[in-house]
Amino acid sequence: MYVVLGTAAAIAVAAVLGMFAFLAYFALPLFTADGFARMIDWTWRPADGSFGILPMVVGSLGLSALAMAVAFPVAVAVCAFAFGIGPRQPARIVMTIVNLMTGIPTIVYAFAAAIILPPLLRAGFEGGTGFSLLGAALVLAVLVLPTIVLVIDSNWQGLMAATRHTTAALGMNPTQHVLGVMIPASRAGLLAAFVLGFGRALGDTMVALMLSGNVPLVPESPIDSVRALTAHISLVMSLEVGGPGYQSAFAAGFILLLTTSAISIAVRNMGRRGSSGA
Amino acid sequence: MRWNHRSVYAFMGAFILAFGLSGLAGCATETTEEAPVSQEESVADITSSLDAFAGLEGDLDIAGGTAHIPVMEALAADIMSANDAIAITVAGGGSGVGVQQIGEGLVEIGNSGRELKDDEIAKYPGLELHAWAIDGVTAIVHPDNPVQELTADQVKAIFAGEITDWSEVGGNSGAINVYAREEGSGTGETFIEKGLGNGDVSERAVIVTSNGAMKTSVAADAAAIGFMSIGGVDDSVAAVSYDNVEPTNENALNGSYVVTRKLYSVTQGTPEGLTAVFLEYLMGENGVTYIEDAGYIPTYAR
Repeated sequence: MYVVLGTAAAIAVAAVLGMFAFLAYFALPLFTADGFARMIDWTWRPADGSFGILPMVVGSLGLSALAMAVAFPVAVAVCAFAFGIGPRQPARIVMTIVNLMTGIPTIVYAFAAAIILPPLLRAGFEGGTGFSLLGAALVLAVLVLPTIVLVIDSNWQGLMAATRHTTAALGMNPTQHVLGVMIPASRAGLLAAFVLGFGRALGDTMVALMLSGNVPLVPESPIDSVRALTAHISLVMSLEVGGPGYQSAFAAGFILLLTTSAISIAVRNMGRRGSSGA
Repeated sequence: MRWNHRSVYAFMGAFILAFGLSGLAGCATETTEEAPVSQEESVADITSSLDAFAGLEGDLDIAGGTAHIPVMEALAADIMSANDAIAITVAGGGSGVGVQQIGEGLVEIGNSGRELKDDEIAKYPGLELHAWAIDGVTAIVHPDNPVQELTADQVKAIFAGEITDWSEVGGNSGAINVYAREEGSGTGETFIEKGLGNGDVSERAVIVTSNGAMKTSVAADAAAIGFMSIGGVDDSVAAVSYDNVEPTNENALNGSYVVTRKLYSVTQGTPEGLTAVFLEYLMGENGVTYIEDAGYIPTYAR
């Protein structure tokens, strides 16, 4: 038994380390003289020799931030509803639906939304093609919602069991229990849910590729088209191997890795401070 | 957690259904496609029947140009239903990916909608191109758009972002939404080189990643202009006349429509074994039918 588990653990660790080594190996040439510097630029125009991917960094962060701004409050509300604010039967139905949503592949959301959403956005907002920051972020919000809900849910299960009798003895009703005890006491869990949701939104490719319009410019409004780093990687894969356009895919991957790591470390520290202070 | 079991059953059901249907489809193609082969004995020199695959086995992986896919898939379905020891996979990715994958030896056939570039030839010496169809690339607009013909200069200016309102080219007033393809796309490079005279494509153009996605996007946007392979155009979009020439297969063939390219399958050196037989079949009688069905002009049938 120990041998089996040990082997499994070793394989998992080796896979993660191997992935880092692979990325480092391919990203290494970027750190030479003009490699990385030419990608830290605001213009992507390969025909003129400009390979800046900063607009894509803004695009990715903008998409994820907007998606989380929609999805996170909704997710907390869904959990609050399911953990006592709502009546039992509807609460159970809501959680079942959210559970089902986790199993839907991102390409299904992207494909359906790419046909339905842009024409609606075109009709609703003056100007633009509908392939926009707003459209992609809304679909991303739907995509990451179940992830956030499930993380909060697993965090709250234990918390609920530990605090229910106490709060009932104090005369709190379920609403007071959720709003007054559960949410403040689960700061670390909520942050973890936020990080996972943000990471999922940042890492998704198909929704960004099929809905954001892939325009390599910094958006000036939510109905402008943007290009995400993930979509950018997929778009430049067919360029000449080893050329600056192709290498920008590895720069994009590297920035994605750095961003998710940085956010996760930062929020983890915040969470630790938050829960020890509370 | 009960829904978990249910969804597992649902997936299993879907798989069984899908395999069952593909099996049925395979049988149907086999029976309908074998008849014409035996009737066409007179063109035996270019006819290669499914018999050539008898006794062969192995994998044949194909990737690259998205315009090639309908033809490749029809051939693959034919061959695999005649001989189940052969497994053929057909993937897209675009022409750049096709050249890359055959160059790196990841596939047996890489499809490209353009000739090799100089740097590709330098990087992957020994690649052999097999042209099998001529395809035009045409500008497309929404079918309700009153503008259905443009001059070469107008097309160029629209894609460059210099003309931004349909009223400037005789249409209803309203912004023009430009759609284009990703870098490395054979369709895109043909249109930019021959349709736009190597002109710029506006940075504001929405980028879609296949001929199919282009058609869907333009069909849903009344203010759109994009471009795609003539073979794939149907009623959901309108092909735009270019300098008074209608973008049709006939005009591409007689040379009056100039925005054309050849569709190639690329191999490492001279093809052998299964790859060689596959290419013979592609250029044989059944292949010609599939190429014409897909809306292209077979190069060797002339």
